[in-house]
Amino acid sequence: MDMNQYLDIFIEESKEHLQNMNQLLLELETSPDNLDLLNEIFRIAHTLKGMSGTMGFNKIASLTHEMENVLQLIRNKEIPVTEYIIDVLFECFDTLEEYINKLVNTGDEGDLDPSPLITKLCNIMDNKNSVEKQKNNAAKDEEKNDKTDEDNFSIETEDITKNVICKANEQGFKAFKIKVHLNPNCMLKSARAFIVFNTLEKFGEIIKSKPTAEEIEDEKFDTSFEIIYLTKLNKSAIENEILNISEIANVMISQIKLENIPKSSNKKDTETKGLQNEFVKQEKAKNNQNKNLKLKTSKTVRVDIDRLDNLMNLVSELIIIKTRLEDIEDSKTKQNMIEAVEYLERITTSLHDAVMKVRMVPIERVFNRFPRMVRDLSKELGKDISLYMTGEETEVDRTVIDEIGDPLIHLIRNSIDHGIEGPNERRKLNKPETGTVSLRAYPDGNNVVIEVQDDGKGIVVEDIKAKAISRNLITKDAADNMNDQELINLLFKPGFSTADKISDISGRGVGLDVVKTKIESLGGLVEVHSELNKGTKFIIRLPLTLAIIQALMVMVGDEKYALPLNSIKEITTIKSKDIRKVQNQEVVLYRNNTLPILRMNNILKVNLDLEDKDEIIVVVVKKGDKMAGLVVDDLIGQQEIVIKSLGKYLSGIKIIAGATILGNGQIALIVDPNSLF
Amino acid sequence: MASQEYVLFKLEDEYYGIDINNVETIEKIMPITRVPYTQDFVKGVINLRGNVVPVIDLRKRLNLEEKPYDDNSRIIIVQIDDITVGMIVDSSSEVIQLNHDEIDESPSINIDNDDYFIECIGKKDNRIIIIINLHKVLNINNLLND
Repeated sequence: MDMNQYLDIFIEESKEHLQNMNQLLLELETSPDNLDLLNEIFRIAHTLKGMSGTMGFNKIASLTHEMENVLQLIRNKEIPVTEYIIDVLFECFDTLEEYINKLVNTGDEGDLDPSPLITKLCNIMDNKNSVEKQKNNAAKDEEKNDKTDEDNFSIETEDITKNVICKANEQGFKAFKIKVHLNPNCMLKSARAFIVFNTLEKFGEIIKSKPTAEEIEDEKFDTSFEIIYLTKLNKSAIENEILNISEIANVMISQIKLENIPKSSNKKDTETKGLQNEFVKQEKAKNNQNKNLKLKTSKTVRVDIDRLDNLMNLVSELIIIKTRLEDIEDSKTKQNMIEAVEYLERITTSLHDAVMKVRMVPIERVFNRFPRMVRDLSKELGKDISLYMTGEETEVDRTVIDEIGDPLIHLIRNSIDHGIEGPNERRKLNKPETGTVSLRAYPDGNNVVIEVQDDGKGIVVEDIKAKAISRNLITKDAADNMNDQELINLLFKPGFSTADKISDISGRGVGLDVVKTKIESLGGLVEVHSELNKGTKFIIRLPLTLAIIQALMVMVGDEKYALPLNSIKEITTIKSKDIRKVQNQEVVLYRNNTLPILRMNNILKVNLDLEDKDEIIVVVVKKGDKMAGLVVDDLIGQQEIVIKSLGKYLSGIKIIAGATILGNGQIALIVDPNSLF
Repeated sequence: MASQEYVLFKLEDEYYGIDINNVETIEKIMPITRVPYTQDFVKGVINLRGNVVPVIDLRKRLNLEEKPYDDNSRIIIVQIDDITVGMIVDSSSEVIQLNHDEIDESPSINIDNDDYFIECIGKKDNRIIIIINLHKVLNINNLLND
């Protein structure tokens, strides 16, 4: 059968599962006793095994299978969670991820051999098997003592069951609690359980089972289940009957003594209550988790991004047509037409919003790979580092998600490698030994802001100066004239790397300029603030949407240009006689600030020399805390525009962010004010 | 070898040809929006059914004298290496087939020159047809090196 059509789904789902697994493993590391986490990881390994088995990816299947075995042992408390085991599990995770990546690229799981890892996993199991044997022996000893054995069972005997047992006892039946462990490799667990049920029902009656019969039927249990069983047979006969069924690992049986049931001693009562309470808590937690998972799955639909793009394009076309309708002179005289166009506008706006929302993904998708990275790096470098993340739920466009990962990785690596000092140094500086890297995301107007902050040594401005001069990036004179912030901004120059020694963590020759280029290509900007010995903060500002923006349409000469509204601070007029020249730069005193004046006709090379007017229209644009006034010839108005790329052939024109198609079919260029600073 | 089809167009008095596989459509002249900071032969961008497509003036590119566009002027939309570009030519109305024996190697020795754009020479019905190398005409190699 051709599996190719399922490959995409397989990859998507595997990625999702792996992401979950990564997160769970990290949590498990901090709380190794959390059974819910283990169960979840186990479930994921199991799902992956099933999926990859079906797809014929045997390496993934065999690796997940062994992982499952180890996890099973941990779950049954036969081996404790050690750091080593978690490391091995992480290695498994890495290998699995590698397989999936290989699949994405080649459609094949590749030649990577899983056997070293499988051996490691087997070793863990072997080591523990000896422990397990001892435990089993101990368990056998305990079996003689029914009372202690009781604690091995989680199945409860409530009043109704007790009554049934009482009546049965009168008729000469004995009640047993039976715990059946299936072989962990058992393929059809529910069928096996069914055989056990059938066999037992020949000789007596099953009055209760845990999990319930329905759950067992749905395979909603691990490898063991418990039942309360009424029979005239004795204990060893039951045991024999059950062990005769294949794929049964072991059986524990204890008789329920009636006197234990109605009147148990107070102590025992409180004990069981406590146990029950705990059990109920666990159960509740599990239920909650299940609920969460179910909620998620029922709410999402997997959609190809191309389809969304297509939908987006159609919405764009609709908006263009709407603008065109607004422009028709004739319609302005007809009241009905105006109303209709207004209504259309409302709908297109909502439609646009809705489509945009569909494309939005919580930034969590990028963030959740960082805890692992920070963990590995801090181990590697011997620095104790904790990562705080907030605002993972902040939503950004899918295209941004795909692109923002690498720059963020770069910044975090930088913070950890260069920013945060070693533990000794930190102690000397009276700082907590554990370094902190915080990652914050929050929406801010039409932007999303991501901050990467560390409490490390900060940026040493003098170092930058020296390095920039030694690399011939600037002259010494120029450097002396620069203020700290300007010097810090040199970090973003190509060919700049402050790392004193090249490490494989960050000093790879590509510096922050790559980060900056990437973020700017997404229409965003990056700033850095640093305080010596207190830390460094990188602030990334990204537009929420990439495709449709509000813009101010202006005339420069006889050409129409669009200025993104979110970078416009205000529009004003100034008298041309107020313009002064400072170092060849035109400025004007505006609200007690000097405002640099940029003449758009020069910048855009419009071949039209207009005579100097007394009053000129200035659009004040801002980038961070910097401002500039753009001189335009006329204002047309605010308009929703669809950004189209100029294409590969004309890429790299800095001040043009793209083009847009106007209602009359003409193209207007979009000026990127950020490039003017 | 099988014959190959070429889209024929005219600049001044010469006939030129482009491999038909690179040609998307041929359009009449339409409004062009100027784009600053581009190479001088780039005229700007056009709206090709909702897509923004750059347009170059082939006369200017080939160092011929510029002349105003008229009713015969055409924009040949070509696609090469995922790049779509329109080329303005004096006129275009023909597709011809050239057999292998109707194609000569280009006559020049100076092949490595960046401005040398002739792929080969076609001969048919007493006409000489200059088959152009789109990579070189569009200056794509330089573009990607930037």
